[in-house]
Amino acid sequence: MSGPSDYQPTNPTLKWIERRLPILGLVHSSFVAYPTPRNLNYWWTFGAILSFMLAVQIVTGVILAMHYTPEATMAFHSVESIVRDVNYGWLLRNMHAAGASMFFFAVYIHMFRGLYYGSYKEPREILWILGVIIYLLMMATGFMGYVLPWGQMSFWGATVITNLFSAIPYFGESIVTLLWGGYSVGNPTLNRFFSLHYLLPFVIAGVVVLHVWALHVAGQNNPAGVEVKTEKDTVRFTPYATIKDMFGVSCFLIFFAWFIFYMPNYLGDADNYIPANPGVTPAHIVPEWYYLPFYAILRSIPNKLAGVTAMFSAILVLAFLPWLDTARTRSSKYRPLAKQFFWIFVVVCVLLGYLGAQPPEGIYVIAGRILTFCYFAYFLIMLPLLSRIETPRPVPNSISDDVLAKTGSRTTPMVSTVIALAVAGTLFAGSARDARADEQLTPPSQQWSFAGPFGKYDRGALQRGLKVYKEVCSACHSLNYIAFRNLADSGGPGYSTAQVAALAAEYKIKDGPNDQGEMFERPGRAADYFPAPFPNEQAARAANSGGLPPDLSLITKARSYERGFPWFIVDFFTQFQEQGPNYVDAILQGFEDKPPAGVTIPDGTYYNKYFPGHAIKMPKPLSDGQVTFDDGSPATVAEYARDVTTFLMWAAEPHMEARKRLGLQVFVFLILFAGLMYFTKKKVWADAH
Amino acid sequence: MNPDSSTIAAGAPIEVDLTPIASGQDIKVFWRGKPIYIMNRTKKQVDEARQVPVASLPDPATDQSRVKDGHDQWLVVIGICTHLGCIPIAHEGNYDGFFCPCHGSQYDSSGRIRQGPAPANLAVPPYQFVSDTKIQIG
Repeated sequence: MSGPSDYQPTNPTLKWIERRLPILGLVHSSFVAYPTPRNLNYWWTFGAILSFMLAVQIVTGVILAMHYTPEATMAFHSVESIVRDVNYGWLLRNMHAAGASMFFFAVYIHMFRGLYYGSYKEPREILWILGVIIYLLMMATGFMGYVLPWGQMSFWGATVITNLFSAIPYFGESIVTLLWGGYSVGNPTLNRFFSLHYLLPFVIAGVVVLHVWALHVAGQNNPAGVEVKTEKDTVRFTPYATIKDMFGVSCFLIFFAWFIFYMPNYLGDADNYIPANPGVTPAHIVPEWYYLPFYAILRSIPNKLAGVTAMFSAILVLAFLPWLDTARTRSSKYRPLAKQFFWIFVVVCVLLGYLGAQPPEGIYVIAGRILTFCYFAYFLIMLPLLSRIETPRPVPNSISDDVLAKTGSRTTPMVSTVIALAVAGTLFAGSARDARADEQLTPPSQQWSFAGPFGKYDRGALQRGLKVYKEVCSACHSLNYIAFRNLADSGGPGYSTAQVAALAAEYKIKDGPNDQGEMFERPGRAADYFPAPFPNEQAARAANSGGLPPDLSLITKARSYERGFPWFIVDFFTQFQEQGPNYVDAILQGFEDKPPAGVTIPDGTYYNKYFPGHAIKMPKPLSDGQVTFDDGSPATVAEYARDVTTFLMWAAEPHMEARKRLGLQVFVFLILFAGLMYFTKKKVWADAH
Repeated sequence: MNPDSSTIAAGAPIEVDLTPIASGQDIKVFWRGKPIYIMNRTKKQVDEARQVPVASLPDPATDQSRVKDGHDQWLVVIGICTHLGCIPIAHEGNYDGFFCPCHGSQYDSSGRIRQGPAPANLAVPPYQFVSDTKIQIG
């Protein structure tokens, strides 16, 4: 390893270890005494952030794997069990899901940093290529991880992406059968994806070791792109880089915590709260945001094989960067033309990301093709051209000269902030579904007691909602994930254990077999789940003119609608995530006796203003006076709709109050911690500037 | 890592009774995890399919080659869009065939691709008539 090895332990035990396995000396020379350029900016903290995120994903993932079942009929249920029953399971799940997005956010910034400052140039070519390999492994890992919950998007995303490999001539079909482990995406697919999803992060960790090793051989690049010449150019890694990394990580954690505690479903897709159904394709199959630019490139090319080739080439072209851009000047800071094309490239990537989420129709198709051309043109035309024709500005003589001259330039942070905003923009773009204006109305936004960072469930509404469910909805709709005991949990309707026992005893639960081998019925107990009205799907359909009344446990998270631009950006800051409840409430109140003039709906359906296609198989379930409330609340449809929706939101997310409460504590802690890190960093660096 | 024997056994051939399917109707069955449309085509649909000039099709094939002799009204196709694998909806689209909601591919009453990004016609699974009213798929 490079770096001065001035480590001499005085402690006899440490001396004993050091002589047999010099690991302490290795850590010392790599991360304590290691000379790091003194002019690094905060874009260089993302390496540490990425290492941290890999550790977070592995730790949360291993714990999740203790409770997850990788089997097609049980996977979805096991994830819900984690979220509802495992201690802090909701936290682990949110950390892991949001963590994947954070991991990609950080890696894109890390890569754009490399692009801008020429970190891929000689002698760091292998370092860069190892990075591309890590990125590819991350994409595979992320894709397989998303399949594991076995929701609709998991299943259909897996179908689409595995089908891509059939484009490969000659071997394609065999590769796809191998991936599937069967004749279509199914249980064998889920099982092997789980195995590989557990394996690949450790492969990533191994390649990261090589990546850091390669880095330490060449030494870090720096914003000036000038190599280290003397000792004056560098500072010891600890405490200088360590404290800066810690401050960077703590700021990143604040961003991460926003998703974990306050916007856990912002980056996801509502359809993934519907269990996978091989017979029903969702209207819009959209990958996670971090794949969107490549999805856009894939769809831009009308030929199947060419599209697949273009998509993979878009990633592989990165590996050739050191040979495409042969300019002598490393950092774009001193390359005025290259700098502008870099920013255009960033915008191209963000726009491709936006297009990946749109339906491939009309203007989107044309835009996609132009932007795909621009993407490849940047690497294959612009960079080689600029290496030949650009006259760069003069670079500083040394890093220490760069640091001394730095007191004037404030423009770099401005320009650099735009990168983060642009990449963060892709995050937002990725979460926006298609902006196509349907004939369906957007449900009106209601006021919900549980909305916002300090939202709580209205206990009265929960109890009234339970009554509405029991007296009206439970005739056709199951509530499979709610047990009677949940009604006594904190953050819920607030019944006592005695009340729960009495409520449970009203139900007859099928149990058995008894010693005679027969099934029998017994009164319910607290640990039992709400019984379903029908024993199976066929019976449910037979009783409901062919329609299948969905289970209601997750309905408020499984339904959503477009908020459109710019609302989906505003929503991120206002923590708006009440699309599901707004939709359910609107459906319940949206029935009309007759369809509007000129509109016909099939026999056996009913007209509903807010149901997609307007023809719903459920007859109007609520009428005034149907349910009487003991607390004197009005016996109106509007009240029933509001209360049952509140109850169903609790059913979908029983731990919401705990999530927001812990979120507040974590935020206060992180803000204080980040502040502490900042002032410590300033103190440590006081003598270095 | 190729499909194990229980998966292959689950993929054994199935028999489907055609008597409940009236003219103009279709059913969807699953075989080897894939949805299969069995369509009892009306004379109009069969005629429409046979009048199309084969050379004008993106994936040329005669209707006759996609059905069994003497059972021309029966169309048996795998209901997986040849573009990216979504399930097309039967009796939709401009050709009284199938319409795929994912990216807009349209197939005709013989399951042949007519417009949209899909490269090939809907696949015909291996099947045979064991009697006039029963087929075996696989």
